[in-house]
Amino acid sequence: MAKKQTKKTVAIKFNTDWQYAPAPENKDHIRLEEKYDLFINGKFTPPSSGKYFDTINPATEKKLASVADANEKDVDKAVTSARTAYDKTWSKMPAKERAKYIYRIARIMQERARELSVIETMDGGKAIRESRDVDVPLAAAHFFYYAGWADKIKYAVPGASARALGVAGQIIPWNFPLLMAAWKIAPALAAGNTVVLKPAETTPLTALKLAEIIRDADLPPGVVNIITGAGATGSALVNHPGIDKIAFTGSTNVGKIIQKSIAGTNKKYTLELGGKAANIIFEDAAIDQAVEGVVNGIFFNQGHVCCAGSRLFVQESIAKKVIRKLKDRMETLIVGDPLDKNTDIGAINSKMQLDKINKYLKIGVNEGGEMYQPSCTIPSKGFFCRPTLFTNVAQSSRIVQEEIFGPVLSIQTFRTVEEVIEKANNIPYGLSGGVWTDKGSKIFKVTSALRAGVIWANTYNKFDPTSPFGGYKESGVGREGGLHGLMPYLEVEHN
Amino acid sequence: MKRSEYSFNDSPAIDQVGVEERIARFSKRSIKKESKLTALKMALSMVDLTTLEAKDTPGKVKQLCAKAILPHAGFEGIPSVAAVCVYPNFVRIAKTALQGSSVKVAAVATAFPSGMSTRKVKLEETKWAVGEGADEIDMVISRGHFLAGEYNFVFDEIAAVKEACGEAHLKVILETGELSTLDNVRRASDLAMHAGADFIKTSTGKIQPAATLPVTLVMLEAIRDFYYETGKQIGMKPAGGIATAKLALNYLVVLRETLGNDWLNSDMFRFGASALANDLLMQIVKEKTGVYQSLDYFSKD
Repeated sequence: MAKKQTKKTVAIKFNTDWQYAPAPENKDHIRLEEKYDLFINGKFTPPSSGKYFDTINPATEKKLASVADANEKDVDKAVTSARTAYDKTWSKMPAKERAKYIYRIARIMQERARELSVIETMDGGKAIRESRDVDVPLAAAHFFYYAGWADKIKYAVPGASARALGVAGQIIPWNFPLLMAAWKIAPALAAGNTVVLKPAETTPLTALKLAEIIRDADLPPGVVNIITGAGATGSALVNHPGIDKIAFTGSTNVGKIIQKSIAGTNKKYTLELGGKAANIIFEDAAIDQAVEGVVNGIFFNQGHVCCAGSRLFVQESIAKKVIRKLKDRMETLIVGDPLDKNTDIGAINSKMQLDKINKYLKIGVNEGGEMYQPSCTIPSKGFFCRPTLFTNVAQSSRIVQEEIFGPVLSIQTFRTVEEVIEKANNIPYGLSGGVWTDKGSKIFKVTSALRAGVIWANTYNKFDPTSPFGGYKESGVGREGGLHGLMPYLEVEHN
Repeated sequence: MKRSEYSFNDSPAIDQVGVEERIARFSKRSIKKESKLTALKMALSMVDLTTLEAKDTPGKVKQLCAKAILPHAGFEGIPSVAAVCVYPNFVRIAKTALQGSSVKVAAVATAFPSGMSTRKVKLEETKWAVGEGADEIDMVISRGHFLAGEYNFVFDEIAAVKEACGEAHLKVILETGELSTLDNVRRASDLAMHAGADFIKTSTGKIQPAATLPVTLVMLEAIRDFYYETGKQIGMKPAGGIATAKLALNYLVVLRETLGNDWLNSDMFRFGASALANDLLMQIVKEKTGVYQSLDYFSKD
């Protein structure tokens, strides 16, 4: 064919003479205290130890605020206040009154959406494009959705009766700080429970802002308590005898520790843990849209997503083309200041996480993987990582087996449907997956064979409060979101 | 490329939902100040200033040519537009009026806008327009044959018109508003490029919808794949319905992130438009002076 003869370099040059204008989001309207106390019994209360720790902006490494470090005494205070609020107020209140409070929280979140998204970006490093368009609106949507359930619980369990559990201890991660708080608090309140929530130590600020919102919404004191701290605080919460239920989102390792510590107790639990999702492109797929979906699947939130599509499987016949398109698309991703509206990929959440990602990049190269990163420059200050893809990897590669939790995609090829199903399932995790094909029949065949809690077809990373989310195997136990998300907060008795 | 080397089934599927999501994301790029001024001037230099009405007069065409060369007299640093686009019977007038300038003459041909005529008539019209001095020919494809699945017919027709063009550049109008699906847009784009198009163009401007961002993205992606496959750079011309500078800049963002620097010029990208030029001018003047001027300060032709 003619193309063989005309062998000049054929490449798209994305380094253009015409550049976009920087568009940093204004942060003058943000009010952050120098020091944040623990939100217990409706009031901000100093920690009994008097100790505080710093939370920094991972894009600048500058300190944003000091945050109280809660110890066992503080945890006990918070649990006691949640218990009292449950016994005296929340469980006695008519359900539709509880609903009004939850609605109110949702509305105030919407009113303060801009402030919340800027703080989320400053504290966590994620691009403002995402905190503005995804995190904050979705968090408010969760409160709206579960507010609707509060006075309809009996319809959620037809033919049975249900009551609240009591006090829920909730521990959330740093990747979607506000959104995870909403996923946890909204269904717990709707089902009639009271709450002690611990945000992650690197991203406590939006949870503390949420505490302000809850206070402004006039929620009865003690119904929601928000305490900050690191692993020790979480452990004290998990082991507190006054807790009826633990809801945890985080790493599989910590999930296992929690399971062990509550074994033999009467505590209920839901665990939403790690993942290593397979994103599968068949040769009949809409390729350009599939490539876009793969990019969103792995580079969304710097890859700090438990359901990130970190393992790409491409049918052999289109592998070259897909990889070329991926590389071209990665070349146009803008990495940098998370507050800039143009930014596609923000800062890695912490130094520790960046070190972990870099360790895996080395492992990948040492294992013989071929690493590709686009030519973009990254800021010299702050924690940044270029979007990365690995080809020439195998099922046994550690970067294919282990959760990296960063912007790192590994690519394998396959020939048959059976082969890809086997490879996709050959992993200890089972949280999510994606299938890209123009054939409806293939979607049904493959999605029903994949062992994962959430599977998207011809799209990826779509979330909705009405849709349950959760994993198989080492990805966790229980579901959050939708009707399913209500159940872990209810004691159901079949009549 | 010969027909035997290309199969009409080679075109990939297109997912409309995915395309629309991608477009939504492009629209969030920030273009202001220096970046905006650069983009506005670039957009102006890419305009094919168009008049395609049966009531067109030699006088109007001459006016348009004057505007094409010097879009806003008395203001420094404003580029000429890329071309003037007229019916074949005005080509000679335009050619004369544009003599000595960089502005090209484009003629619509092949029984524009419907294409409902015989091949013989279409080829003769093309040759005649080229003979009159047209630098570029904007042809329409036979949508009826395309929709009937007679791809060979459409392919051969484009190839024949290309031959009739001689040295003139050929833009192939797909009339995407009549193709109904993005899959069809992609297939028609692939077919046109393989048959010899120098440019592919969305619309005649006579059918609604005319150019849209999703359709343009699909065509640009077809151009990109064709470039990787053959090494040949094909141009793109969205036409019709692009009346504001803001929308034009959106198109440039899509272009920039799909085809990159080599396409960000009037040799590879054109806007088929008439009202757009004045809005671009108004925005350029605003960027330079800080104030908007009344439309009465911009000549309407």
